[in-house]
Amino acid sequence: MYQTTYHRASSVDEAASLFGKSSEAKFLAGGQTLLPVMKQRLAGPSDVIDLGKIKDMIGVEASGDTLTIKAATPHYDVATSDAAKKAIPALAYLASLIGDPAVRYRGTIGGSLANNDPAADYPAATLALGATIKTNKRSIAADDYFQGLFSTALEDGEIITAVSFPIPAKAGYAKFPHPASRFALTGVFVAKTKSGDVRVAVTGASQSGVMRVAALEAALKASWAASAVDSVSIPASGLLSDIHGSSDYRANLIKVMAQRAVAAAG
Amino acid sequence: MGVEGIGARVVRKEDKRFITGKGRYVDDIKLLGMTHAHFIRSPHAHAKVKGIDSSAALKMPGVVAVLTGQQLVDDKVGNLICGWAITSKDGSPMKMGAWPAMAPETVRFVGQAVAVVIADSKNLARDAAEAVVVDYEELPAVADVHAAIKAGAPQLHPEAPGNQVYDWVIGDEGATDAAFAKAANVVKLDVTNNRLAPNAMEPRAAIADYDAAEEHFTLYTTSQNPHVARLVLSAFYNIAPEHKLRVIAPDVGGGFGSKIFIYPEEMVALWASKKVGRPVKWTGDRTEAFLTDAHGRDHVTHAEMAFDANNKIIGLKVKTYANFGAYMSLFSSSVPTYLYATLLSGQYNIPAIHAEVIGVYTNTTPVDAYRGAGRPEASYLIERLMETAARQLKVDPAQLRRTNFITQFPHQTPVIMAYDTGDFNASLDAAMKAIDYAGFAARKAQAKSEGKLRGIGVSCYIEACGIAPSKAVGSLGAGVGLWESAEVRVNPVGTIEVLTGSHSHGQGHETVFAQLISDRLGIPISQVSIVHGDTDKVQFGMGTYGSRSAAVGLTAILKAVEKVESKAKKIAAHQLEASEADIVIENGEFKVTGTDKAIALPMVALAAYTAHNLPDGMEPGLKESAFYDPSNFTFPAGTYICELEVDPGTGKTSFVNFVAADDFGRLINPMIVEGQVHGGLVQGIGQALLEHAIYDANGQPVTASFMDYAMPRADDVPSFNLSHTTTLCPGNPLGIKGCGEAGAIGASAAVINAITDAIGKNNLEMPATPDRVWRTIHAA
Repeated sequence: MYQTTYHRASSVDEAASLFGKSSEAKFLAGGQTLLPVMKQRLAGPSDVIDLGKIKDMIGVEASGDTLTIKAATPHYDVATSDAAKKAIPALAYLASLIGDPAVRYRGTIGGSLANNDPAADYPAATLALGATIKTNKRSIAADDYFQGLFSTALEDGEIITAVSFPIPAKAGYAKFPHPASRFALTGVFVAKTKSGDVRVAVTGASQSGVMRVAALEAALKASWAASAVDSVSIPASGLLSDIHGSSDYRANLIKVMAQRAVAAAG
Repeated sequence: MGVEGIGARVVRKEDKRFITGKGRYVDDIKLLGMTHAHFIRSPHAHAKVKGIDSSAALKMPGVVAVLTGQQLVDDKVGNLICGWAITSKDGSPMKMGAWPAMAPETVRFVGQAVAVVIADSKNLARDAAEAVVVDYEELPAVADVHAAIKAGAPQLHPEAPGNQVYDWVIGDEGATDAAFAKAANVVKLDVTNNRLAPNAMEPRAAIADYDAAEEHFTLYTTSQNPHVARLVLSAFYNIAPEHKLRVIAPDVGGGFGSKIFIYPEEMVALWASKKVGRPVKWTGDRTEAFLTDAHGRDHVTHAEMAFDANNKIIGLKVKTYANFGAYMSLFSSSVPTYLYATLLSGQYNIPAIHAEVIGVYTNTTPVDAYRGAGRPEASYLIERLMETAARQLKVDPAQLRRTNFITQFPHQTPVIMAYDTGDFNASLDAAMKAIDYAGFAARKAQAKSEGKLRGIGVSCYIEACGIAPSKAVGSLGAGVGLWESAEVRVNPVGTIEVLTGSHSHGQGHETVFAQLISDRLGIPISQVSIVHGDTDKVQFGMGTYGSRSAAVGLTAILKAVEKVESKAKKIAAHQLEASEADIVIENGEFKVTGTDKAIALPMVALAAYTAHNLPDGMEPGLKESAFYDPSNFTFPAGTYICELEVDPGTGKTSFVNFVAADDFGRLINPMIVEGQVHGGLVQGIGQALLEHAIYDANGQPVTASFMDYAMPRADDVPSFNLSHTTTLCPGNPLGIKGCGEAGAIGASAAVINAITDAIGKNNLEMPATPDRVWRTIHAA
């Protein structure tokens, strides 16, 4: 690991200010990706600004039709949150599947979304639920936020402060874990909004990162049942292919996991 | 059996320090003035080293030296050796290229070291390493064994034309051809035995400490066999003479074979410590473990089995290509030959066998012994063949095995091994009963109604352990004898130290070996210390691998204990004024049989050391040593049966049940045996479902981290159902066969046989990843 200066910010403003003063700063929001990359000397930030101890950035609360998860809330808190389990049980379930216990105690939703790993779990829920990503500067709709592998609408130095999820009528998540990393080889989040819209987001499968699948959405809007997916054809083109999952296998998994997500959603 | 004697489920003595963080591993050791080494490794699978510019690095803070492969050559440091000479079928010796500890001219696999930075700290060494400029000229590379033997393939070593190390044969080709000519049925199978990365929990590490005044070296290293390390380092590498080199292997966190071998890093550390005049420490990281720890397996095999009209096997033909990687590691040559092809008879009466093994160089990490070493490859092949045969011949797979079991012992196979004892029907019966084999059809039908594909797979393995009778292995090309030594020291107060040439790196020797002493002399294991892993303390030993430590190492201890008992009885008889023949040892006392006269062990020991009243002519003291050379291999065997379900939608395998019925001969500590079996089964299942060290066509490793290399985790494996059937090994006095590798040897075939049963298609390679299984299910 190269030398770096660690800062523990006590407020979002302080974090933003520290970022502005540093030559090559990185925000630390759990560090489940950043720290291994630094240890491998693939990243050498001059300054690391820890967001994890900012009290205003931790917590889960439901209010009206919205569940809000503040950005530095660790996965374990979401997985075990009564508010999350009541409002969007599929989201709490998703959080319970991330990594292992050590990762879930450290990793945060803000860190996951800012990193936008193409196989991360949270992007699927965020996109399928049509969540709003709140930052220290603005609010960004999920449909505008994800911009490809490890790429987002965030500007340099912009800090995610919270994510607001509209509480759906029904939602389900089915994940097929990567045998080695336990990231999603393919994960599918299905949601039916209270107004009857259906959104389906897939993580782990696409070369372009998390994506919605229009064909699945149309089929499930016509009939909210696992069997409705039977006739949907998922093309393998544009999907990832590696030693653990070829693109046609992932295409199959999108369908199978969608069916299981719908079954789980009830 | 005493409460802590043979057969007792004694809790492991060593675990207190391990589970409280008090273990002392190489990396825990810090010496005054210690420097740190960081190796500069090739990013290319095959390249010429045109030049190394370390001028900028040498100016960096804390840098003590940058040493290169050319300096090793200049200092006449020897190349790494391969310790088992194999002769090809044409009579020629195996063809090997030189393996320098750091490459002066040519690198042949990704991760091969070309230079080392020595600095005041690990991070300073890493910083400086980034400033060393190595000029490589890339060469074409080849990673696949079939590609490597094709005409026009990139050539690794001029000494080995066609990248062929040897073309070795065993068995009677004429008799085998004759058997096939009269066969009623022939079963054919192509099998790949996937390459594995061992991944011991503790990465390899070394600290070398040169004392200029004494011209003496101390090497702390993660070794399974410190004496062999000292022997090889001093005999072949021209670094230090044996009496000036102390090798210490302290607590070692797992080996699985990968820590048998002498690696470049400890050679370089020793040499560098003299050069820089300070201790040199190197601790590998996980990436280095993936790149440089010797890999395991990597066979490609075609086999054919001939049956007569009664489903009796009459012949077996095997042709195997073994991928050795870029260099011949210490025992690599023996693994696909004498540790593999000699087990091809399995548990079966096969009158004629012929096997050919072609060893091949590729631009990959060297391959050597890994848990089971050759025997998993043999067992997997035979048990996949038997399953394939049962399907082709349309007979029950358990019955086909039963039809062909060896039932008379001793049994001479056509491939060297003479099985001493066993009861293969007993372990098959036990496993079938444990898994309710008879009820499987109903369970399969039930699963089908729930949309799941259920399968059952049998694997009847046999292995050769207790490695090994020195004369026998010597005649087969081994460079060393494989006996073991022990010394039993009874202290004047009656506590006991046992010095052993075995080395524990997780096995539990400190408990198991003490149990023998407790059993024989009646003292609690708390009064017994097991001393191992230090060449200054233990005179010599061959170390721990090949499930040999109980069958060979403990037997050596028994031989020494018997000598101690004999002398102690003489002392007791003298003290008690009785005849030596009337002395019996009971509960820690030497008694005159049939009387109430007795003397406790501490009093005997004290008498031995005070020497005030010893029999005439007796030397004082109570300390004896023994060397034990086994008369034969031992033959652990058993049956594993796996029942599982495959999800047709995803190809994912889920275990329903896994039963193991093993015959290990006598068990010293059944709890530790179960732990060994659990670990072995997990590694066997890992090979079957998850693990695969993969290279791309250019020799770049694809799986050099746990993000890509799928190690089995607790939730990947079922709760195991273990049992034992026992035939005592006649070859050693305790009747021990060994248990360390069985699980890894027998499990893979049970899993693949079960999956292929579930999906109704026979051809499926390991690892049976969900993708692969799904593809096989849906293949036309």
